[in-house]
Amino acid sequence: MSDTENNSNRRKFLTRSTQILGGIGGVFALIPFLSTMSPSERAKSAGAPIEVDVSSIQPGMYKVFEWRGKPVWVVRRTQEMINQIADRDDKLSDPMSNEEFQPSYAKNKYRSIKPEFLVLVGVCTHLGCSPLYKPNSQSTELGLDWKGGFFCPCHGSKFDLSGRVHKAMPAPSNLEVPPYYFASETKIVIGQDGESA
Amino acid sequence: MSKFMAWIDQRLPVSNFVKNHLSQYYAPKNFNFFYFFGALAIFIFILQIVTGIFLTINYKPDADQAFASVEYIMRDVEWGWLIRYMHSTGASFFFIVIYLHMFRAMLYGSYKNPRELLWIFGMLIFVLLMAEAFMGYLLPWGQMSYWGAQVIISLFGAIPFFGESLALWIRGDYVISDATLNRFFAFHVIALPLLLFALIYLHLAALHTTGSNNPDGIEIKQTKDTNGVPLDGIPFHPYYTVKDIFGLSVFLVIFTFVVFFLPEFGGYFLEKDNFVPADPLKTPEHIVPVWYFTPFYAILRAIPDKFGGVLTMGLAIFVLFLLPWIDRCKTKSIRYRSKEYKIILSLFAVSFVGLGFIGMNPATPVLTWIGRIFTLIYFGFFIALYFISKNEKTKPLPDRVTMHE
Repeated sequence: MSDTENNSNRRKFLTRSTQILGGIGGVFALIPFLSTMSPSERAKSAGAPIEVDVSSIQPGMYKVFEWRGKPVWVVRRTQEMINQIADRDDKLSDPMSNEEFQPSYAKNKYRSIKPEFLVLVGVCTHLGCSPLYKPNSQSTELGLDWKGGFFCPCHGSKFDLSGRVHKAMPAPSNLEVPPYYFASETKIVIGQDGESA
Repeated sequence: MSKFMAWIDQRLPVSNFVKNHLSQYYAPKNFNFFYFFGALAIFIFILQIVTGIFLTINYKPDADQAFASVEYIMRDVEWGWLIRYMHSTGASFFFIVIYLHMFRAMLYGSYKNPRELLWIFGMLIFVLLMAEAFMGYLLPWGQMSYWGAQVIISLFGAIPFFGESLALWIRGDYVISDATLNRFFAFHVIALPLLLFALIYLHLAALHTTGSNNPDGIEIKQTKDTNGVPLDGIPFHPYYTVKDIFGLSVFLVIFTFVVFFLPEFGGYFLEKDNFVPADPLKTPEHIVPVWYFTPFYAILRAIPDKFGGVLTMGLAIFVLFLLPWIDRCKTKSIRYRSKEYKIILSLFAVSFVGLGFIGMNPATPVLTWIGRIFTLIYFGFFIALYFISKNEKTKPLPDRVTMHE
């Protein structure tokens, strides 16, 4: 009698341990399957930095480059535009760029290394649309107090000429500044921090 | 013939199956208009599978070739346009039929005891269907395919801590790219249809276990004759097979009319921007999901906070799973329920359609505020239902189903 009881306990133990170990093995077997969905080595290497020439951009204009498949804007701001950026803090939700959406060398109100050149990832921080460049401060299309900046057509988020988001917008934060540095006066490398940084 | 059937039946219980699920499966005799949509949904599912197989014969899941291969199907493949329009129109009609099918369950309390599991399988089918439609919409690789997917996948990025890595894992790249298209093709064509097939099987198995509810919301199995046949039941075959075939013919008149004359449906079934190849550097002026997602999209936009919006949208779908437990009223059908219930259900229906309308339009401040009010009504329905249904004043139930001539 005690012998069969003993056997049934051992059988239960063996069944349970088989279930648990089999379950653990099954979970580990998932890893290769799920890993195939991560970015491949080729996709990762396609994310390498790019070098762009900004000498052809006229003051007040901007140019779009592609980095990691995303649009990167280089805006050449005029002195007038730079002056407007200075006194608009009350309209913005993060005027000092306290949130980490830029490298430390772009944590200033111009959000750039040199105020003249603004480098931004042109993807709205709300849901990934690409905002439109609306530099004209005379236009009333976006409200009477519009001083130029970026406007996202998807859900109406507004950003100033430094890519800083206005208050009470769907976008939660300022536009992202990618890592970049000036290789020379007119050449910018996007996707990598400079040596001084 | 009978000898042949006997031979088969000894080896596979075909006759038994036909008896149990068709010729001696008894369904309530008082089904009305709303009871066409289950059978129609199965028809569309099969139609989507068949047209889908024939589309894959010519489609190329490659970012450089996808758009052109769809145009190739439309212009150069014999009858290719018809197959593709049936598939794209089928997707929209699938949702029309499913939404009416779900609303039927809410009208007549079909999710209530003992049909909770039936409802949950149905809800799982609905969620998978949304995933299936979303992934299928990327495949033509048009502007709206691309940017719609961009918006939806970045929703996952809003989840704190691991959201960004999750979005990266779903895309398989830093942006939506060939890798994303290829995997969406795999999910759309193999993984999700298989899962849907399994769930539809479970949905029907659960249905045939409890039997159908009916517009009076009373159980026909409670009154049986001496042979154990429900007095208010009629055999599914031939009565409801014939009824469903009639429903199908009316459905096909409408369906084929749209396929032949209005396949784009004014930009609602096939959006105008999707006739432009995907361009990662150029966002369309208005990114609008296809109409069947717009009610939930409007809820997302109503919330000013990004993660809050995603959470609320998820909750709007999840709360439906709990409906059998939120609604505590024992009386099933709206015919015998209180005026309060009729009012809140009407408000719910209005808010759902209203949200759908708002989600199709650009987010102006006025529409955003109306969207917020409708979102409140949407969730208010479930809260009000929980309290109203506890001690609801219902009308007395009849013993037998009533036939409304």
